[in-house]
Order: sequence, then C-alpha cells, then structure tokens
Amino acid sequence: MPKPFKSQIVTANDLMMGDVIYLTPEGGWSRDHADAIVATSQDEADELLAQAQAQQLKIVGPYLAEAVLDDAGRPGPVHFREAFRTRGPSNYHHGKQETAAV
Amino acid sequence: MYDYTDFDREFVYGRVAEFREQVKRRVDGSMTEDEFKPLRLMNGLYLQLHAYMLRVAIPYGTLNSRQMDQLAYIADTWDKGYGHFTTRQNIQYNWPKLADVPEMLEALADVGMHAIQTSGNTIRNVTADHFAGAAADEIEDPRPTAELIRQWSTDHPEFQFLPRKFKVAVTGSPNDRAVTKAHDIGLRMVRNEAGEPGYEVIVGGGLGRTPMIGKVLKDFLPKADLLPYLEAVMQVYNLHGRRDNKYKARIKILVHEESLETMQARVAEVFERIRDDFEVPQDLIDHIESGFQQPAYKSADIAPVFDGALRSFIDTNTQPHKNPDYAIVTISIKAIGQTPGDATSDQMRVMAQIARDYGHDELRISHEQNVILPHVHRADLPAVFAALKDAGLATANVGLVSDIIACPGMDYCALATARSIPVAQQISEAFADLDAQRDIGPLKIKISGCINACGHHHVGHIGILGLDRAGVENYQITLGGDGTETATVGERAGPGFAYDEIVPAVQRLITAYLDLRTSPEEEFLAAYRRVGMAPFKAALYPEQAEKANAA
Repeated sequence: MPKPFKSQIVTANDLMMGDVIYLTPEGGWSRDHADAIVATSQDEADELLAQAQAQQLKIVGPYLAEAVLDDAGRPGPVHFREAFRTRGPSNYHHGKQETAAV
Repeated sequence: MYDYTDFDREFVYGRVAEFREQVKRRVDGSMTEDEFKPLRLMNGLYLQLHAYMLRVAIPYGTLNSRQMDQLAYIADTWDKGYGHFTTRQNIQYNWPKLADVPEMLEALADVGMHAIQTSGNTIRNVTADHFAGAAADEIEDPRPTAELIRQWSTDHPEFQFLPRKFKVAVTGSPNDRAVTKAHDIGLRMVRNEAGEPGYEVIVGGGLGRTPMIGKVLKDFLPKADLLPYLEAVMQVYNLHGRRDNKYKARIKILVHEESLETMQARVAEVFERIRDDFEVPQDLIDHIESGFQQPAYKSADIAPVFDGALRSFIDTNTQPHKNPDYAIVTISIKAIGQTPGDATSDQMRVMAQIARDYGHDELRISHEQNVILPHVHRADLPAVFAALKDAGLATANVGLVSDIIACPGMDYCALATARSIPVAQQISEAFADLDAQRDIGPLKIKISGCINACGHHHVGHIGILGLDRAGVENYQITLGGDGTETATVGERAGPGFAYDEIVPAVQRLITAYLDLRTSPEEEFLAAYRRVGMAPFKAALYPEQAEKANAA
C-alpha cells in the first residue's frame, strides 16, 4: 500500500543573498515559512517543484520539505533541519532570527 | 613567508577576474546553477543552510599580520565580523552575498591569499604541522615542501576532476601534530641511514564514513623525488580510483581493495617512467626556501614568573621552541562557552598586532582550530599574555577538556545531520573551571555533525558523532581515538545519546576516568588503553550495568 501523502512545501536559497526562501501561492518567494504554498498531493508537489526549478534567476537548490499545518492552516517545518533553517544558527543571533519581529 | 612571484600574482588575480565574469553570467542567466556550481566550488564558494559560505585557504596554516588584518577587514566589510578557523587550516566566512564574493577574493589576492581548490574533487589546501619552523623536535621545516606541493597541485590540469577530493598533510617532526595518518597522503620528514632528510610517504588514511589509518607506501623518498612520486601516486589514483560510488572513491578504498603491494607496484612503474621528465628548477626551490628562513632572533633577559595566572598560561599554552630562549604560544580560540575556532575581527586584529610586536610577524592556524604565535621570546610572554587577556584570548585550556574541535555542524553545514557547536559549548561550560580541567589533564574531545567527520571524531580521545535518528538528533560516542604518530581509530561505545543526554554522558565518562586512573600522571588515553572499554561503557550506560549486575 502506498504511504499516505504528507503535506509539503518548496524551499530554496535566494540566488543573490543565499538566505532561505519558500515558494508562495502567487509563485513568488517569501522569507517566512508560514507564507509557503502547501502541496496536498504528490502531483501538486511535483508541479510546484517544477515551477520553482524554472526560476533559476532568483533561486538556488529548490527541494520539497515536509510541512505541518497549525490551527490557522499555516505551514511549519517538521524536521529539525527545516526548523533550524527558519531561524538561523544556535550559536549566534544571526540569520532569520536576527531580523525577526519578536 | 613565501612571497608571491609575478606569476603567482597574475594567476590569482586572473582567477578573481574569471570568477567575477562567471558570477555575472550566472546572475544574468547565461549560465545555469548546474553549470555555475562546479565553478563556484573551485573558488571555495559553497551554499550552506542559511547562506553562502566562502572557504579561504591558509596554506600550511601560515600567515603574517597583514594577512590576518585582511581577514578581519573581509569579515567586517562583507560578512558578520567574524571568521571560523577550520580543521584543515582554512577560514570560513558564513554570510557572504554572491555579488560580494569577487570583491572578497580580490581582497584576498591583495595579500597573497585565495580560495582556490578549497572544494571540489581536487588536491585541497596542503596542511602542515602548525608548529612548523619553530618546534624543538623538528627534523626540517615542512612548509617549503607544502608550498612546492601547493604550486604543483594548483590548477594541475590532470588532477582537477579526481574521483574524489584529495588531502595532503606534511610534518617535519616525529611527533605528528598534522594527523598525517588520516590523510589521503601524509608526508613525514625522516632521515635515512646516511642522515639525509627525505619523506616517509603514507597513503590511504582518512576519516569519514570508512575511517582508515594510512599505510606506508614508501619508507624513504629522497626530497628530490617528491613531485614525480606524488605525480605517480595521483596518476594511479586518477586511473584506478572508483568513480561508480562516491563513498568508495577515496584513495583509501583503492588501497584497501587492491592492496598496498599493488599500489606500490603501480606507483613504482609510473614513477620510473616519468621521473626523468620531471625537473623542478633550482631557482624555484631556492625562492620557496628563502621564504621560510628562521626569524632574526633577539636577546633579552628573561625574568622569573611569579604571577599564578601567567604561570598557568605558560604551562598550558606554550610549547618548547627550537631556540630555548623562545616559546611557541598557542592562543586558544576556545574561550569557555564560545564556538570552537571562531574569532571576531577585533580578535584577529589583536593577534596580528601581537604578532607584529612580539612574534616576528608570524601566525599559524592549527587543525585544532587555534591560532599560534610560533616565535615569542620568553621575555615577552608577560606582555603577550596581558594583550591576549584584554582581548578575551588568554584562556589557558590548550590540550584540555574544553579545547574541543567541532565542525560547524547543522548550525551551518548543508551536509550535517546534527549540531556540533552547541554540544561543544555545553561541554566547555560544564567543565568551565580551569583548575579542574588541569586536574583532568590532557584530553581531546572532537565532535562531528555528520559521518563525513570534519570534526575528526574518530581520532578524538572522546569522539562524538551527531546523527539524525528518525528525525531527532542523536550522538554516538567513540573512545580511544588518537590522531598522532600512534594514530588509532576510536571504538564505538554503544547506542547513541539524545541531544540533552550527551553532555551528562561525557561528564560520566570523565568521572569514571578520574576514579580509575592510577595517578594524575596517567592521562585519559593511557587509562583507556590500560583498562579498555568496559568501565567506560558501564559509566555511559549505568542502567545496563545495573541489569547485568542484577542478573
């Protein structure tokens, strides 16, 4: 029996800045994981990834990552690697956490 | 210092200009990422988790104050005000922007530095004993050899697409501080029966997924034969090394699968064929050697040391120099709770100034992620200590439990499977008291955040390997590793520990060691070799030990 599909988002790094970005429903890119478009089927995920791969002038290394939806339906990371990517390193207040409005 | 010739300068600036154009072509869309990636990697530019990373070579770990100042300038101008010294005598900048990288490379070229071949399946930055040219136990300074290899291997047309990356280390001393037995090729300077210096050539060492201690390919190679012999080894590897499986592509696998004897026979055959065509011009050798002369030693009265903190610093952070009036000073880049190997731009400038004022303008980077002042007159040690103290660089912990090697791990590295840095920071904090550290004695803890083993965990007395176990960070411990001339791969202790369990596990190991050592003189590694794994395993897994006792 095939495994049930788990929600996925497309993430990459920005070509010029190198920072972590997420494909949005508008086909653009956001620095915020919660803005990511969520694929609910494998076909949809493959299509989103292909859409990202066509944006070579903006991004580097797009890939699919599993996401979990919060009560408001916003996607968040599942794996700890993706969770780190939403924040930055743990030894300095650098990366996304540096500019986060918290 | 080796002085760049006009050829060197032209070559390095030429590469900067070439890369500048490559970046432009990537940005304007004339080049895809697939086309650009191997080019940026050839120039040391990686993409990591949160940003790009530029890896800059510090050839054989040697730099002068002007170069250190420039590293600080680059950190301030195009990065976040710090740099990370790595286990291969490189410095990494973790936050460059793509458009700035050509500027950074140009700033490096201005001081005779580059990032060429710090990545890719090429011969990487050649590393050397960080006490080279200063150590009391040295047969000969290994750096002219390392520089010759750098020049031969840089942009060598035949060796730009090897089966896998290739790492060379050179030591001039019988006490191996360059981990030569864990490199693809390790060169140890030795003397033959006639007293002439040459090399013992070690091949097929390496850590990573399949750790192996290198084997002696040739027990004495005359100095004049070095390059044709290396060329022969590389030709054999390039032709016979596996390209079907990246995990089996290192030369260690070739040596292991096809035997040392087969390797020796093949290398000898190629060597005989190419040897006579291979002539290194004497003026090139003379130019290289002229860059590594002994400093103009000074004379001064050495006052007795009464200050306790200075005494501790001298005992822990200095090593014997070949000139008995001098000392080698290791600056610990491991202040308690800090990231191993990270220096701020201010600290870099302080170290550069101290090198100018008291160190004959020389600095070294060690694979243990510390900075060395190789030539300090003992009369100047109080002034050096005071200057270091003001900059937060006087931690007297070299060789002790908090002098930890740690790779960047999953805080930065795209290959990592777990974090290394916070584990190192927490162990350092758990053993913050320096008197207690001195009581524990020499102990090397090495932490890698993945199986690639950049943190050299296999050769740590206590090695820690961070893994991803079903989506959770998990840390395996190995014991008894040794990276010196008695190199040994550590033995895995048992099941791994969760992130919040690993520091207490290390504490239990050290408590067990303190309980079982025969005297304070019996170091951790010696105690482990005497008693074996069992008592340490019992300390690591007390519940299992209790169960076994109950049964």
